[in-house]
Amino acid sequence: MNNTLIIGQYVPGNSLVHKLDPRTKITLIFFFVFIVFLANNVVSYSILALFALASMVTSRVPIRFIMKGLTPVWFLIVFTFILHIIVTKEGTVWLEIYSFQIYSGGVFQGIAISLRFFLLILITSLLTLTTTPIEITDAIEDMLHPLKKVKFPVHELALMMSISLRFIPTLMQETEKISKAQASRGVDFRTGSIKDRAKAVVPLLIPLFVSAFKRAEELAMAMEARGYKGGEGRTKLRELKINARDIAVYLLFIAVIAGLLLTRGY
Amino acid sequence: MDITFNNVSYIYQENSPFAHKAIEDLNFHIPSGSFVAVIGHTGSGKSTLIQHLNGLAMPSRGEVTIGDFHLKAKEKPKNMRELRSKVGVVFQYPEHQLFEETVVKDIAFGPENFGVEKAVIEERIRDIIPAVGLSEDILERSPFDLSGGQMRRVAIAGVMAVQPEVLVLDEPTAGLDPRGQKEILQMFYELHKRQGLTTILVTHSMEDALKYADHVLIMNKGKKYMEGNPVEVFTQKDALHKVQLDVPESVAFLSKFEKRFKYSLPFKGQTVDEMAEDIRRVVQGGRIDE
Repeated sequence: MNNTLIIGQYVPGNSLVHKLDPRTKITLIFFFVFIVFLANNVVSYSILALFALASMVTSRVPIRFIMKGLTPVWFLIVFTFILHIIVTKEGTVWLEIYSFQIYSGGVFQGIAISLRFFLLILITSLLTLTTTPIEITDAIEDMLHPLKKVKFPVHELALMMSISLRFIPTLMQETEKISKAQASRGVDFRTGSIKDRAKAVVPLLIPLFVSAFKRAEELAMAMEARGYKGGEGRTKLRELKINARDIAVYLLFIAVIAGLLLTRGY
Repeated sequence: MDITFNNVSYIYQENSPFAHKAIEDLNFHIPSGSFVAVIGHTGSGKSTLIQHLNGLAMPSRGEVTIGDFHLKAKEKPKNMRELRSKVGVVFQYPEHQLFEETVVKDIAFGPENFGVEKAVIEERIRDIIPAVGLSEDILERSPFDLSGGQMRRVAIAGVMAVQPEVLVLDEPTAGLDPRGQKEILQMFYELHKRQGLTTILVTHSMEDALKYADHVLIMNKGKKYMEGNPVEVFTQKDALHKVQLDVPESVAFLSKFEKRFKYSLPFKGQTVDEMAEDIRRVVQGGRIDE
């Protein structure tokens, strides 16, 4: 066990991407998810890839951090690629192994879909890499603000998110402490069959839950004691502001969309 | 079991920008059967030190020897389970480790893990329950329904039921009321005597160290700052003040007494009653006899 965990994998920095308003970043990513599907030929895919690469470079986040974020999805990307090669039967036969054929369409389709996946994950992980969790919750609270009209508890939702993020390190510490205590009582978390190891988690999880509930109760009491009464009339320490650079990035993004619409094949 | 630390250093997250030395070049020897108090401020390396005693932490440099067990850097011992059955650790707020449905199941959890037979466990529980100051009728209750003090006693019973030879106590009385603190420490002291344990007590209380320990180890910033028998250590007021530690109340009292009455009473670890007797002799006879 160590405490190397960086929450939300945020990498501190001072780049243009870091300084953008978190709302801008969330909005752009939301639309990026849609425009990825506009691309359907080499030129349009190149535009998308170029945009993603450019954001990556300007963020000045070291490549190894980005790659680390991608590790869990590599399997999915490769799997999609292989699935397409096997299933898609379009275009000309390129390779024939016994009765099994690989079609050119399958290869192209596989590359295209995997590339889409890759770009989507790259861009979304860039959000968490360059934005602190607090900024993200602030942005979400602000963007969901209109929902207040229909009595949706926007402030409470944002507060819940901040609190959960705040307590991740605390829970990690707690986990470490309890697992050490149980290890001293002879629990072995590392060896044994899967069934044994699953059983070993019980003495860890129960105390963890008990203390989490206790902590939640104490927090609620402390908040009430300090006069917390929800979001009504509350002011903010960090005001979100849309700057010239946000507008510039929006314009660039619109240019990308236009480029895609012009170059994609119909 | 004898415990020896030989040039032990422990470095958190070595080879990373967050690397930080928790223990540096620690050397000491604890003979079997002694009661040792480890004193130091938060961050002085006390907690890391005690984690070396049952292999929760492995030294980055140097070697730790506990009886026949050797813990060395980059060498995973095979008999870790055996070591942990021989070294019982009562962590800070041990009640946080309770998880079973009933008290009896929770106490049996440790010995079961170490492969103690059912009948033997039952016998041990019958012995340990009165020893930690609990009554048998709580055995079938849920540990979460008990009071804080009772929960702690159950957790301690869970460690004692393994019948360790070395007992490590990390501030076992933190957060208890004064009476509970006294009772728990007294209980550990009796167990220590009765079962011939080697006990290591981490504490902030100089009084407790003076009262129970026969050897004191003072830690400061990951290094050993002072070591010796309690009387020797606690009479060095200036050295202790230098690391923001206080002397026990009785020592402080004697130095105030000296200032006020220009009479120096020697400190030899006497109890309050013995000290009162010394003072009576001074007042009546003008001198104290050894």
